[in-house]
Amino acid sequence: MKRVYPDKEYCIGCHLCELACMTAHSKSQDLIVAYREERGKDGLSSCKKVFEKGHTCVAISCRHCDEPSCVAACISGGLHKDPETGHTLYDREKCVGCWSCLMACPYGAIRRHPTEGKIVKCDLCAEREGGPACVAACPNAALKYEER
Amino acid sequence: MAIMKYVIIGNGIASIGAIEGIRKVDTENEILVIGAEDSPAYGRPLISYLLAGKIGPERLALRPQEFYEKSNVSTKLGTTVEAIDTKAKTISTDKGETIEFENLLIATGGIPFTPPIPGAEGSDVYNFTNLAHAQTLISKAKEIKRAVVIGGGLIGLKAGESLFDRGVDVTILELSPRILSLAFDENAAALAGGRLAEVGLNVRCGVTAKEIQRDSDGNLKGVHLTDGDFLQTEVVVIAIGVVPNYSLAKDSGISVDRGIKVDDHMKTSADGVFAAGDVAQAKDLLFGDDRVIPIWTNAYNQGFCAGKNMAGTDIEFTGSLAMNSISFYGLPTISVGTVNPPEGDDSFEIATSLDEKKKSYRKLVFQNDHLVGYVLVGDIDMAGMYTAFVKFQMAVPEDAKKQMMAGEPDVLMWPDDFFKDTWNPGHVEQD
Repeated sequence: MKRVYPDKEYCIGCHLCELACMTAHSKSQDLIVAYREERGKDGLSSCKKVFEKGHTCVAISCRHCDEPSCVAACISGGLHKDPETGHTLYDREKCVGCWSCLMACPYGAIRRHPTEGKIVKCDLCAEREGGPACVAACPNAALKYEER
Repeated sequence: MAIMKYVIIGNGIASIGAIEGIRKVDTENEILVIGAEDSPAYGRPLISYLLAGKIGPERLALRPQEFYEKSNVSTKLGTTVEAIDTKAKTISTDKGETIEFENLLIATGGIPFTPPIPGAEGSDVYNFTNLAHAQTLISKAKEIKRAVVIGGGLIGLKAGESLFDRGVDVTILELSPRILSLAFDENAAALAGGRLAEVGLNVRCGVTAKEIQRDSDGNLKGVHLTDGDFLQTEVVVIAIGVVPNYSLAKDSGISVDRGIKVDDHMKTSADGVFAAGDVAQAKDLLFGDDRVIPIWTNAYNQGFCAGKNMAGTDIEFTGSLAMNSISFYGLPTISVGTVNPPEGDDSFEIATSLDEKKKSYRKLVFQNDHLVGYVLVGDIDMAGMYTAFVKFQMAVPEDAKKQMMAGEPDVLMWPDDFFKDTWNPGHVEQD
């Protein structure tokens, strides 16, 4: 399956991937409205997170692991693997906000929604034509969406 | 009936792990799941959400019905396996069936541990480990004013909290000096206990039930405590913990110790018979010895590993890791690995940071420059990044240790090769 691979040799820490992620998951699909309104009002947040250490930086999100720890930890059936696509799917309706996945994921790729008892996790922009928005937005090709 | 390639006794999370493990390897041969409870596999921890009224029964199922159809799994629910013939490789059920198996998984879970308390026999004394218990307590909660919960561990606290949410006046009794004594230290327990008290639950530590008082008709009147107090109550919930439900295995001649003994492939002493979950005594990641660690994630992982081995692959179990994520009325807590190292053992180094006002606490436990456990209260967002260091047993250099103690662990602290293999595998550096 295709996954998003971050390359810390190329990442410049610009956070554009985070903004693209937010926009792609916003109601308005508009960067400015997403950032200025939906972020505060709806707790809209990015599935992507940029880490920096000195001059090195990297943008990470859910790896869609073959054998994910989050699925093993999920008590509600809210996380599962799609056997056909290989995606690690999140069912918001089933989630009870117990944070077991957040604890179990050793990649730190799951976050709490700031206002609701739900998680925020990469869905590989399943609804978006042209694949993940973060990859499309990366100005230095530090994020690659490919089969490996 | 034809020989079943895969039979699973038990319909909890270890069973689901096993189905998913088998299907990683073998997508064809039918799997038979036999469950004693007459309901589809549900998230056992969800019974506290159900009792609290936070979710309805329609949200209990762990996997949709189509999962079973697509995975070619047939189920016999409300059916108890009465015996295993390990030589003939057959099981017999209470419905009078005999089923021949090639690979069998025993995933019968745990049963409530009930200490001998005088007066416990009789009406209105309950456990809280399955759906039927939750349903009983939901209807009971409508008629009662007070409940006493014996046990301040995970099950007891959640039972108490959920009954409280139903409008019941709840007192929780915990024999040890603090709640959640295994997963928490004093600071974490004080913050969580404080939150429960703030909401209105009565949590009493260092005390337990000495005797359950009944009138001459056998009706429950109250509980005599070890400190001499008497609490009037209409309901008692005994939630001391669970013990492996291994009598079926033991009676069939399968080796048991504290749980069913399994090797590093989750195999029991009997040919073609595996065990997983709360019933199994399996390898512990940090200690290296075999332990019963009745924790959700382990049950799934053990089931998954057993399933793959049942399907013919050769996979070693990586080891159980104790981990708990529990929230108390909006105060989240996470505890992983070794959180209370033996006192006086100089090989451990502990770093704590406590802010009582913000109800925030962090405890990191290092041993020989490795993170072996942690507790977070309040600010839990970086939990996974700490888990990585415990789970992958990565060395923590001094500067990384400082960063961790500041609450800022991240992936850039990982050894470079491991980072690349994880995040950017198969990538060739260009000149």
